[in-house]
Amino acid sequence: MGFLWFWIVAVMIAMYVVFDGFDLGVGILYPFLARTEADRQTLIHAIGPVWDGNEVWLLAGGGTLFFAFPLAYASSFSGFYLPLMIVLWLLILRGLSIELRMHLESTTWRSLFDGLFFLSSALLAIFFGAALANVIRGVPLGPDNYFFLPLWTNWRVGAQPGILDWYTVIGGVVALVALAMHGALYLVLKAPGELELRARKFARTIWIVLLLVTIVSLISTIAVRHAALNNYLAHPILFLIPVLVIASLAGVQVFGGKPLAAFLSSCAYLVFMLVGAATGLYPTILASSTNAAHDITIAKAISGPHTLHVGLVWWSIGMVLALIYFCTTYRMFRGKVTDDASYGH
Amino acid sequence: MNALMLDRIHFAFTITYHYLFPQLTMGLAFLIVILKLIAIRTNDARYDQAARFWAKIFAVNFLLGVVTGIPMEFQFGTNWSEFSRRTGGVIGQPLAMEGVFSFFLESTFLGLFLYGEKRLSRWQHFGAATMVWLGSWISGFFIIVTNAWMQHPVAYNLMPDGTYQIASFWKLLLNPWAGLMYAHNMCATVVTASFVMAAVGAFYLLEKRSLEYGRIFLKVGVTAGIISCVMQIFPTGDLHGKYMARMQPAAVAGMEALYHTQRNAPMVLMGQPNEETQTIDNPLVVNNVLSFLIYGTTSAEVKGLDQFPRDEWPPMLALLYYSYHIMAGLGTWFVLLMGVAAFLLWRGKLYSARWMLWPILLSFPLPYIATTAGWMTAEIGRQPWLVYGLMRTSQGYSTHVTAGNSLFTLLGFLGMYSVLSVLWIVIVYRAIEIGPDATHLPSETLTA
Repeated sequence: MGFLWFWIVAVMIAMYVVFDGFDLGVGILYPFLARTEADRQTLIHAIGPVWDGNEVWLLAGGGTLFFAFPLAYASSFSGFYLPLMIVLWLLILRGLSIELRMHLESTTWRSLFDGLFFLSSALLAIFFGAALANVIRGVPLGPDNYFFLPLWTNWRVGAQPGILDWYTVIGGVVALVALAMHGALYLVLKAPGELELRARKFARTIWIVLLLVTIVSLISTIAVRHAALNNYLAHPILFLIPVLVIASLAGVQVFGGKPLAAFLSSCAYLVFMLVGAATGLYPTILASSTNAAHDITIAKAISGPHTLHVGLVWWSIGMVLALIYFCTTYRMFRGKVTDDASYGH
Repeated sequence: MNALMLDRIHFAFTITYHYLFPQLTMGLAFLIVILKLIAIRTNDARYDQAARFWAKIFAVNFLLGVVTGIPMEFQFGTNWSEFSRRTGGVIGQPLAMEGVFSFFLESTFLGLFLYGEKRLSRWQHFGAATMVWLGSWISGFFIIVTNAWMQHPVAYNLMPDGTYQIASFWKLLLNPWAGLMYAHNMCATVVTASFVMAAVGAFYLLEKRSLEYGRIFLKVGVTAGIISCVMQIFPTGDLHGKYMARMQPAAVAGMEALYHTQRNAPMVLMGQPNEETQTIDNPLVVNNVLSFLIYGTTSAEVKGLDQFPRDEWPPMLALLYYSYHIMAGLGTWFVLLMGVAAFLLWRGKLYSARWMLWPILLSFPLPYIATTAGWMTAEIGRQPWLVYGLMRTSQGYSTHVTAGNSLFTLLGFLGMYSVLSVLWIVIVYRAIEIGPDATHLPSETLTA
């Protein structure tokens, strides 16, 4: 059961990254790709009907972590108190900026919302990447299974790190670059004419940067946390995962002419990066940077068997429904967004 | 202030603010379905347009509900980690189910409802509206199940490590407290939405513009208003109160500031609880009524606070007492107001009765206050327990998050929500200013 729920939570996080990832990416690219008001409206239209649903994966994933591994939820959420609160504020600002810009016609206020949309999207990508890097690096868990991390200490990876150190900053940069490319590839699918060309060009350029930072992050992960290799060394077949990461990245380039294949390659890249990280962690959920005995493992955090059995039944039903909803929406709003300047009021 | 108190204020403030939005959208989703239904039945395009106008206001409130709602799910872990660790095996379940069963449904069909009117048939668009309504009411159900377990824990096992796990999934979902609270709460959302709809209608008639729509809003708002206001008191409020008196007698004694156990217990209409003398100052009471309301007979004995150990009294007794009285007092006013309005509507005199349109307009904030006061009654009444009888509030907070950090984020939320409030007022007021005649949904300009 523990194995299953560990991967269920991991899959839900991966779904969140793949889906909300492209609308975060659109936010990151927003000031660079959109030159006119019509461009901006096209970009907003491209994510308008779906961003809210994409964000639900975060809530559903968090809720699943809560009931399947209450200790892991309690410890990580209170320990990452400050960055999580900042993430919440960014999510608030981002949601507002997407939706409220269409309710106000004034160009002044619209440019404020445009700026907020970009800033919040970029910072969220950085925070999410840094968060994942924190989980991989480990946190100073005490014997009572709790910890509290300041935003930064001396920027070094040690026993008492901050949320931000050189390693987690790399994680943030990888996420920023990866989601920017992911968003650009989504726009190649959705945006018409000139915008599509700009998105295509952007994706090509940033691909090289992503390749570089991905390699840097893989190497630095091994340097920061040797234990991440344990599962790989025990089962060498798992080394296929980093190979697949690079292969999907190559796919983005190879399928440059086929927008859907390129976008799906980018999805695969994100999924394999996360699978690789989860494989490195398993069976630990949250590692201790001070004493491996304090690691929060699946066995320590798992809920009771009845709770999990019941959960499996409704979770399976719920996921089938969720996938039906997603297919409906994406079918309904498939194809290019036509530019239209008179959106809303 | 210590960390515990700050964590309590943190949750109380963010949840109170958050719930200003869902209480409107849950009720409004229902009224929009009714507008769409009338439009189809009568083939009257004005009702479609009325639904579009309210969809616009719904969308803004829904958005604010979403963005202020995410912090709620996070806060269980951030500020109440011990509570989460020990009870996650029970309440984590309904909270996760809310995400999986409600939020996906809601967000999908809201997208279709707001963006897809041109691409959908009339019935399909009605279907999308219905799904949004269902999604939001399912969401409310799971939250009520979570709260009901804290008020009246059922279907759990205590594990050796101090955590709670569910013993029966269906008994958790079918907690009687949840059923009663759900009925009372969802009815209240229709009250809020009806008052807002009627008030906007009254505003247009007083302004002498959008007259046709003003009348539609008044008609639907007042009709839904009188039904929901009556049901709010009877049967939902009555049943919930009686059940609460049996399960949480200390809370009910606190709500009435009944210090001493007595037969023929009176109901206090007004007066200020005096915690030193344990009496009510300046009392305005009706004898026997409390005994009758709880037990159905005037001579029944009602337990006072003197029956309970001092450390199990709700600590903020006066606030509890006022919350309850504000809720009940406003509920009475709602029935009176909507009763007269419904009578005038029936006689065909409401639209020209300016003396009546004014109080309808000015009363729109009151259901928000009543609903907030009702939730304060439930939550302050539960104190000093976090999970009634099982876990005290002082045992549940995050001890590793210092008071300084809690205050930092509390102030952050205060600032953030001040900005939200200004935006909300500006945008909703603008939507009302533009009016139903000129409202467009994104779908009407989105042709792809």
